[in-house]
Amino acid sequence: MNKSFKITGIVIGFSAMAFLMMNSPGCRPGTTRTAVTGDAASRVYVAPGTHDEFYNFVSGGFSGQLAIYGLPSGRLLREVPVFSVDPESGYGFSEETKPMLTTSHGFIPWDDSHHPELSMTNAVPDGRWCFINGNNTPRIALIDLGTFRTHSMIEIPHSAGNHSSPFATPNTEYVVAGTRFSVPVGSEAERDVPINTYKENFKGSVSFIKPEPETGKMSIAFQILTPPVNFDLARTGKGASDGWFFFSCYNTEKAYSLLEVNASQRDKDFIMAVNWKLAEQLAKEGKGKRAPGKHYSNWLNEHTHTVESTIYEDVLQLDYREHPGLLYFMPCPKSPHGCDVNPTGEYIVGSGKLAALLPVFSFKKIQEAIASKDFEGDFVGIPVLKYESVLHGEVKKPGLGPLHTEFDANGNAYTSFFVSSEIVKWNVEKLEVLDRVPTYYSIGHLMVPGGNSAKPWGKYVVAYNKITKDRYLPTGPELTQSAQLYSIDGDKMELLLDFPTTGEPHYAQAAPADLIKPREVKFFRIEDNHHPWVAKGEKESGIERRGRNVHIKMTTIRSHFTPDNVEGVQLGDTVYFHVTNLEQDWDVPHGFAIKGAANAELLIMPGETATLKWVPTKVGVVPFYCTDFCSALHQEMQGYLRVSPRGSSVPLKAYTVSVDAEL
Amino acid sequence: MKTRKIKHILAATFILTMAACGGGESAPAGPPGASGAAAGGAGKSTAKLFTAADITMGDIDQGMVDKGRGIYDMKCQACHSLGANRVVGPGFKGILERRKPEWIMNMILNIDAMLETDDEAQRLLEECLVRMPNQGLSKSDGRDVLEYMRTL
Repeated sequence: MNKSFKITGIVIGFSAMAFLMMNSPGCRPGTTRTAVTGDAASRVYVAPGTHDEFYNFVSGGFSGQLAIYGLPSGRLLREVPVFSVDPESGYGFSEETKPMLTTSHGFIPWDDSHHPELSMTNAVPDGRWCFINGNNTPRIALIDLGTFRTHSMIEIPHSAGNHSSPFATPNTEYVVAGTRFSVPVGSEAERDVPINTYKENFKGSVSFIKPEPETGKMSIAFQILTPPVNFDLARTGKGASDGWFFFSCYNTEKAYSLLEVNASQRDKDFIMAVNWKLAEQLAKEGKGKRAPGKHYSNWLNEHTHTVESTIYEDVLQLDYREHPGLLYFMPCPKSPHGCDVNPTGEYIVGSGKLAALLPVFSFKKIQEAIASKDFEGDFVGIPVLKYESVLHGEVKKPGLGPLHTEFDANGNAYTSFFVSSEIVKWNVEKLEVLDRVPTYYSIGHLMVPGGNSAKPWGKYVVAYNKITKDRYLPTGPELTQSAQLYSIDGDKMELLLDFPTTGEPHYAQAAPADLIKPREVKFFRIEDNHHPWVAKGEKESGIERRGRNVHIKMTTIRSHFTPDNVEGVQLGDTVYFHVTNLEQDWDVPHGFAIKGAANAELLIMPGETATLKWVPTKVGVVPFYCTDFCSALHQEMQGYLRVSPRGSSVPLKAYTVSVDAEL
Repeated sequence: MKTRKIKHILAATFILTMAACGGGESAPAGPPGASGAAAGGAGKSTAKLFTAADITMGDIDQGMVDKGRGIYDMKCQACHSLGANRVVGPGFKGILERRKPEWIMNMILNIDAMLETDDEAQRLLEECLVRMPNQGLSKSDGRDVLEYMRTL
């Protein structure tokens, strides 16, 4: 009885799902079988030993990392640790990398990453860096695409929920960070206010972060205080609109509770247009004020292989009320997510999550409306442009729940629709829908290689979906997220491939492999290693006691450690293993792990020095070993450390027994 | 010109498809994905090997010996004892009585090609079971190490 009941339940469940899928708009072809054309497999097949055409940089979402996939194969190539500690590499655990995750709140080993953004030259990705935001404890990270490592990170003060970031200006003069939550700012007394005084006491902010072109160090050039709205996404102007920045915002109702309802009352929210060239000029002329706002800027010193922190106590702020002409609002239906600028820079596409149409704004008309003061009023002191005056036109009934738009090189736009689970292709100039394909299921962002830039490479659009029910082998209550690759070479979009992703893949970027491959670092030159505890060769290895701290300079090479015997360590000591990998060959890292380590292991790249802190808890002889398979004798790559009671007379020594010695 | 040629050889040895070590310059195209050192030499190396004619040895040059010792300390000593016994690779004592100078240079600088074409190199791999690491030495570095070996 029980059994048949269960089976009936399952059958009903499946039928209900099939019924829903067949009947929900835009989700018509219910199965992969009907959606994939015959030669899809050959079009994504990358033969063994050959490389993908594109690198795809995909947000790791709540994993806090950045994942790298190859396109068109969908193969996962690497996960770069950014905001979350990573036991595989020791990132966030080694003494050298801990400062990268240090903020004014202390050490923060996790974040929620959303939007990768490639650095640009002339509004086209240059393959040098990839930025990504930490949404939770507001931070921006810069990943160096020579090493695929997090190279620098900056904390954003006066921000809470760093969602609308990081988007780069055409020559990466700045990346922006807009606050998702408006919050009270200022002194402690100014911040300790009743929540229901939101309208009076809360403020928004958008920050312009400057990455130094040579070093990649980041600082906040200036920050603009805004009315208390929530910023969602942003895009730089380029070409026709160079010098301007656009931010979508919601909660123009200034609600502070049950935002699902209370922030969805108005028919239109806003896209905020910022004249950033003017802001830059005002900042240079000293028109801003320095406001208290402690924040960390952390960066990797490539000579010492160690992260260093600069702590800033304040930030330069521009108050929009003192600088007319800095900010304008454009009404945008309704709760806008994407505000995406087309390759020429003339058109800005708003995507109101709750709107049944897509408004396309004209930059030329925006400028004319500003010049003629064609305003419908103001919002907390910021001029609001007339919707009809700045509109190029609307795409009527494109689908349900538009989220985000990217572009190809032929004047077409591709918009993701969350509610109707589809991608819609339409012509930007003519505002006509050209094609639509279903996604499986509930697409968030989508990505065309270079589709946010002045020169899209086109070829594919990738859907980053929130739900994957029935796409892959089930893995308990939780399923992997999914991405889907579609060809956009022809008139019709064609589904070619599903591939699983980790975390929640919010957004992504892609660039041709040829732009990035030549930059790859193969190893760090041992001659250039200036780590204070480097051992350039086994002769420089050794041991030193400094009070209760014991420092061991250790080397690794296939297949041994030097020293591999350590004695004289006592309970109550803290031991620092400074391990230098003497290899000078691509892809020969060595690992270092010791029993009872409370943090993680190290993974040390060729020519690098990394440090593991270890506090012994018991008397005895403790083994350590290499975790990364390095040669046929990898298993033999091990050593022993003797721990004696506190006050023991065992002399401190570290040694390796020579093969030429009598054993 | 000479330096450039050597760089070419190194690049081909190091990894057949990609850019040369650290410098970002292009190497001649080979079979994609064929990794030399770590993966066990998937592709055929076309690197040109040193011959006796490429190496001249006169009186011992003390300056070169000193440089060679420095390189040995940093990059070779971890695996090669100055004594007679094997650590990971063979001990260096009396090496020039056993090996020709060009063979030594090739083992230092063209290890992948040697493991493919040289029976003695292959025999040593079977004995030591660890591929000789590419330690990123230039031709003159290799020559300095050879000079140091002459004094052992």
